[in-house]
Amino acid sequence: MQTTSDEVLIARIAGGDRLAMQVLFARHHVRVYRFVLRLVRNEATAEDLISDVFLDVWRQAGKFEGRSAVSTWMLSIARFKALSALRRRPEQELDDKTAEQIEDHADNPEVALAKKDKAAVLRQALSKLSAEHREIVDLVYYHEKSVEEVAGIVGIPEATVKTRMFYARKKLSELLKEQGIDRGWP
Amino acid sequence: MNTTNKEAHSDIEELLPWHAAGTLSRRDAQRVEAALARDPELARRYALVREELGETILLNETLGAPSGRAMEKLFAKIDAEPARKQVLSLNFGVRVAGFFASLSPRTLAWSASAAALAILLQAGLIAGIVLKEQSVGGYETASAPSTDPGVGAFTLIRFAPQASSDDITKFLEANKLQVAAGPMSGGLYKVRVAVTGLPKAELARIVKKLQEDKVVGFIATTE
Repeated sequence: MQTTSDEVLIARIAGGDRLAMQVLFARHHVRVYRFVLRLVRNEATAEDLISDVFLDVWRQAGKFEGRSAVSTWMLSIARFKALSALRRRPEQELDDKTAEQIEDHADNPEVALAKKDKAAVLRQALSKLSAEHREIVDLVYYHEKSVEEVAGIVGIPEATVKTRMFYARKKLSELLKEQGIDRGWP
Repeated sequence: MNTTNKEAHSDIEELLPWHAAGTLSRRDAQRVEAALARDPELARRYALVREELGETILLNETLGAPSGRAMEKLFAKIDAEPARKQVLSLNFGVRVAGFFASLSPRTLAWSASAAALAILLQAGLIAGIVLKEQSVGGYETASAPSTDPGVGAFTLIRFAPQASSDDITKFLEANKLQVAAGPMSGGLYKVRVAVTGLPKAELARIVKKLQEDKVVGFIATTE
């Protein structure tokens, strides 16, 4: 089955095509929502933000020059919106920290291991990463972005992307160790 | 392991997440594959990366999806936007890509005749010609075209099925023509013959002259 490329949809959106906007939204809104949700950690805020992100796409489509993939461009917009929202609502960060502390006081490592399998502990550890580390892990693993694309979205050099990912993974190992799982790395 | 090997190892190890996600260039992927084949410890660490990849996907997939309210809000905002002027001068390559994308498999099956295929092939050739012209002209923003393609005198042309890319290029250059839009229904292209409007008699004379060229299958004046 043939599908219209994102680039073609953007060109149509630039011409005011609402149907193309609907197709693009249907294609990408879930991933954009999840990316934003992992940053802002509030479903209502994330939902509000994605309509803002796609409204920017509607407004800026005519300026899109195709230097990056459309999905990469949209994640850049989403990241900017999410960070702006966090700056406007500092209590969001507070909620974030509070949530982390609550989790920290949960079961001790032995109980946690007894209750959950290794995969579940790994997912819990992924949730406990800092926003900066969570963001890069999601972009690489879930959003399938290359080193170059991550650099473009986050606004850091490619070498920093690699080292940040490395340290995010290192932190993940430390969190797992606290939960009684020694991966033998780093 | 000497220092150089250690550095190379570290470099390769940093690439493992992207290798697992399949987002490395072919060259880097080959480097990583070769290193994994000869280094069991690196292969063990790669298994850890693959675990992280799988659980990150699972974690994200459990985040759910936004409600239908998000789309309603978006289109309410779009409706509140000022009316937008239709942009007719979209990038030609994108328009051609859109044309191909709009063809369903069934449509393609029905249009398997030689004539239709010739039109499709020609669309690609003409897109190549236009893109080549654009690349020769250097970088140009979408908002700042060198000339307004909506101004001038125009014809509708369907190129002869047997016309090659070279033939069409030479024809356009020799007659100082510019493809302004297309392909439209029936494989027609809107072609600008002059940058200013022309009297009807003059335009008819040009059309008659162009019609004699073997590259032209059909030609008519248009607004």
